[in-house]
Amino acid sequence: MNLESVSHFLGLVVVASPVALLTVLGLPMLLGFVLKESIQTTCTKVAVLFGLFAAISILALMLTTGLRYVPIELGNWVSIEAEHFHFHLKFVFDRLSVPFTILSFVLCGTVGAFASVYLHRERGFSRFFLLYAFFLLGMIVSSLAGTIETLFFGWELVGLSSALLVAYFHDRPGPVRNGHRVWTVYRVADAAFLVAALAMHHLTGEGDFAVLMGSGPWPEGTTAIGPGAALAVGLLLLVAAAGKSGMVPFSGWLPRAMEGPTPSSAIFYGALSVHLGTFLLLRVSPLLDESLFLKIAVIALGAVSAVFGATVSRVQSDVKNALAFASLTQVGIITVEIGLGLHYVALVHMIGHACLRTLQLLRAPSALKDLQLLEDAVGTHLTGDEAQPTRSASPLRLWLYRFALERGSLDALLDEWIVRPFLLVFRVFDRWERRWTDWLTGSSSRESDRLAPYSDRLEDVT
Amino acid sequence: MLEMHLPWLELTVLLPLLAAIPVAKMRDRERAKVVSIAVCVAVLIAACCEWFDFTALRTFEAHDHWDVIQFLFRRDVFIVDKLSAPLLPLAALIYLAAVLTTLRTKINRFSLSWTLVAEGILLATIACREPWIIILLLALSVLPPWLELRKRQQSTRVFLLHMGLSLGLLVVGQILVSSDASISDPPILAGCCLTAGALIRSGICPLHCWMTDLFEKATFGTALLFVMPMTGTYAVMRVVFPIAPTWALQSIAVLSLATAVYAAGMAMVQHESRRFFCYLFLSHSSLVLVGLEVATPIGLTGALCVWLSVGISLLGFGIVLRSVEARTGRLSLDTFHGLYEHTPFLAGVFLLTGLASIGFPGTIGFVGTELLVEGAVDIYPHVGLAVVLAAMLNGIAVVKSYFRVFTGTHHQASVSMVCRPTERIAILSIAILILLGGLIPQPGVASRYRAATEIMNRRAESLVPPPPEETEQRPIKTANTNHHPME
Repeated sequence: MNLESVSHFLGLVVVASPVALLTVLGLPMLLGFVLKESIQTTCTKVAVLFGLFAAISILALMLTTGLRYVPIELGNWVSIEAEHFHFHLKFVFDRLSVPFTILSFVLCGTVGAFASVYLHRERGFSRFFLLYAFFLLGMIVSSLAGTIETLFFGWELVGLSSALLVAYFHDRPGPVRNGHRVWTVYRVADAAFLVAALAMHHLTGEGDFAVLMGSGPWPEGTTAIGPGAALAVGLLLLVAAAGKSGMVPFSGWLPRAMEGPTPSSAIFYGALSVHLGTFLLLRVSPLLDESLFLKIAVIALGAVSAVFGATVSRVQSDVKNALAFASLTQVGIITVEIGLGLHYVALVHMIGHACLRTLQLLRAPSALKDLQLLEDAVGTHLTGDEAQPTRSASPLRLWLYRFALERGSLDALLDEWIVRPFLLVFRVFDRWERRWTDWLTGSSSRESDRLAPYSDRLEDVT
Repeated sequence: MLEMHLPWLELTVLLPLLAAIPVAKMRDRERAKVVSIAVCVAVLIAACCEWFDFTALRTFEAHDHWDVIQFLFRRDVFIVDKLSAPLLPLAALIYLAAVLTTLRTKINRFSLSWTLVAEGILLATIACREPWIIILLLALSVLPPWLELRKRQQSTRVFLLHMGLSLGLLVVGQILVSSDASISDPPILAGCCLTAGALIRSGICPLHCWMTDLFEKATFGTALLFVMPMTGTYAVMRVVFPIAPTWALQSIAVLSLATAVYAAGMAMVQHESRRFFCYLFLSHSSLVLVGLEVATPIGLTGALCVWLSVGISLLGFGIVLRSVEARTGRLSLDTFHGLYEHTPFLAGVFLLTGLASIGFPGTIGFVGTELLVEGAVDIYPHVGLAVVLAAMLNGIAVVKSYFRVFTGTHHQASVSMVCRPTERIAILSIAILILLGGLIPQPGVASRYRAATEIMNRRAESLVPPPPEETEQRPIKTANTNHHPME
């Protein structure tokens, strides 16, 4: 057994473990069986441990042999040879993907163990773990993707599972509306990503990152496309990253995402999902190096997001939202680091921040109780009892306070300038259609207009 | 022309037509339903056998063994080719799923005998390549929904006006087409009439209102069965594609693209589930037309794949919506219904089928949509991006409808919402097809690519007729093969 076959086997285990978990949890649900909680948690533990062990083994292999690039070729998933159309399944273990994969397994494992207790006997226990399996698979596929199509595959899985987890408490309208908002932002990011992927395909004729970003191991590759094209593609990828990481102007979904259960908030929006955008920027960093304007755009977006996050987080009245915006601050700084070309600094920052934020978010629900226990033990109130004397505030300070309290009105601006006009236009079209069919019919043509909101009826209205 | 081993085509067409007579006479509706299911199963088996038999022949086209119609009329009426071979099982599956999921409470308002007649007409249309016969069958297929609208005392004006216009244009166009019409010498006026007629049947914007009106006034099942097989798209392929020059096809593609985006936007603002479904379907069927008309092998392959994937996934989506409606009445999308806890199976499949229709990774629509986008961008780099926009809007609309129907409140049910076994079988089969097609896409894509190249080659041959002494069929380079030269 040579080195190549060992690394190939281990690479397969890393990818196969979340696939197996998804199959084990998903198939019974599709067929109408309900697995016991203990079986679900055991399967989760086994899958995460197998994947983590294999990923660490590859890291050890790479460190001992000095390898910096281990591709795992699974061949063409779809291929039309005559048209040079390939959907190539390739996973890459390098200095970027291995740390991120290990981080994904460690944090998902931690949160899986936490959630098995936290969500014990919850009605949506099985649903949570199914979406968790989707998320884990999406993260691993995104982290290890060797082609842009594979990355898109994982990217979409992460998006769907995240949105559905925000709407986890789905018998209340609030979480559901927030889940839908998250999904909408993700779809915009996905569309930008898809267009960028298509553009790259057309510019280079390939979707393989090794071709797109040069043959050197990350981060030393050189992109195969010119500065103009790099700027166009890079800006699209920047939109995709901004949407996925909740950067300005898409930051409005971050506090909404906190409607989900604490474990999902911790793992998805505090630690992993929120870093996927910056991961994408790191993955295509040779592309950023090609255009100065693109670098400036990346730095500007990161800086604006960091300042925005820092400002808004200071006035949040609940701990999860404060942490969410604190995450945004760090994500913004990481983006600035990427723009400045400090790739390793950004990677280390990302890993450290993800671990810290997971810990903070998992501790958030019990923080108050812990404080009370501590106060009981000490025998005195520790803080917060003294009323702060009123201080006069300058108009700028007041404006800033309002700005932060309203979270920059980013959601309202998007609603006002994009969503509302869009819906307005199509509602006008709808009215015109109604008039047209009414005229053709000679009377009211829409029975559905008279449809009352839901009422419990067995039979059709028609 | 090669022959299949058995008369599969005649069997698929005649079985439902003949069975419709005894089913119509049966007073016991339950028994009639059982017989109808049995007939639909037999038709699906025959259609699948036809597909396998045809695939085994490794030819572009074939006809029945013991072809009675050819014997009687000396004409090859029923011919299967690479385009129609998988469409026959798909059509049979659509009818079987609709009949299987019709609940006892709805059986009196959903005519089983007319459904079987409509199935026979549809299968005959797909098995046929003669333009005149296709037009005749398209006219006949209007009858079952029209009769149902009359029976339900609904206005038929919108439906009849559009169908009349469509058929009139098809007839005029076909009269104007001379026998020697080809792509190199296209009959412009005739082509315009035929295109307009077929596109109205496809629901091209702004002449699409018949479709929403049908969903509004007919039973969900009948409306689903009338639009789902995409006969308008089929008519475009049979009647327009062989004579239309590339520029004309690409103009149709732009129109279809506009319809896809428009319908996706309209799906976002609908207040009611059926209308929402109608626009979602319209957007997807327009995307199929986009791929068909960009006239490149990649685009055409994508469109043929999406034709099947949308057929299967939106069939599942529609069937689930119909099952929910059968238990709750028509659903308003202005409010939350919270049905998840009562029927998690339907909720899961609703989401799965909806996501499959937009080409979500791991489902049957993913690769087809990728190919389609690639094909559209090849021809119109900027306009082609509208496909991405349409897919994005459809994705948002699908998840929004899922949230509205299945979540957002705690629902107190007065009746059981658990799926009947027949419903579960039908819906589960569709879900399995979606997942299998998504996880193992290569056979389907390869088969559709072969069909696409054959269709393109035939077009190319029509464009540049080979010299008389040259008999061997040879692939000819088609338009816009800069990036993807055919080998």
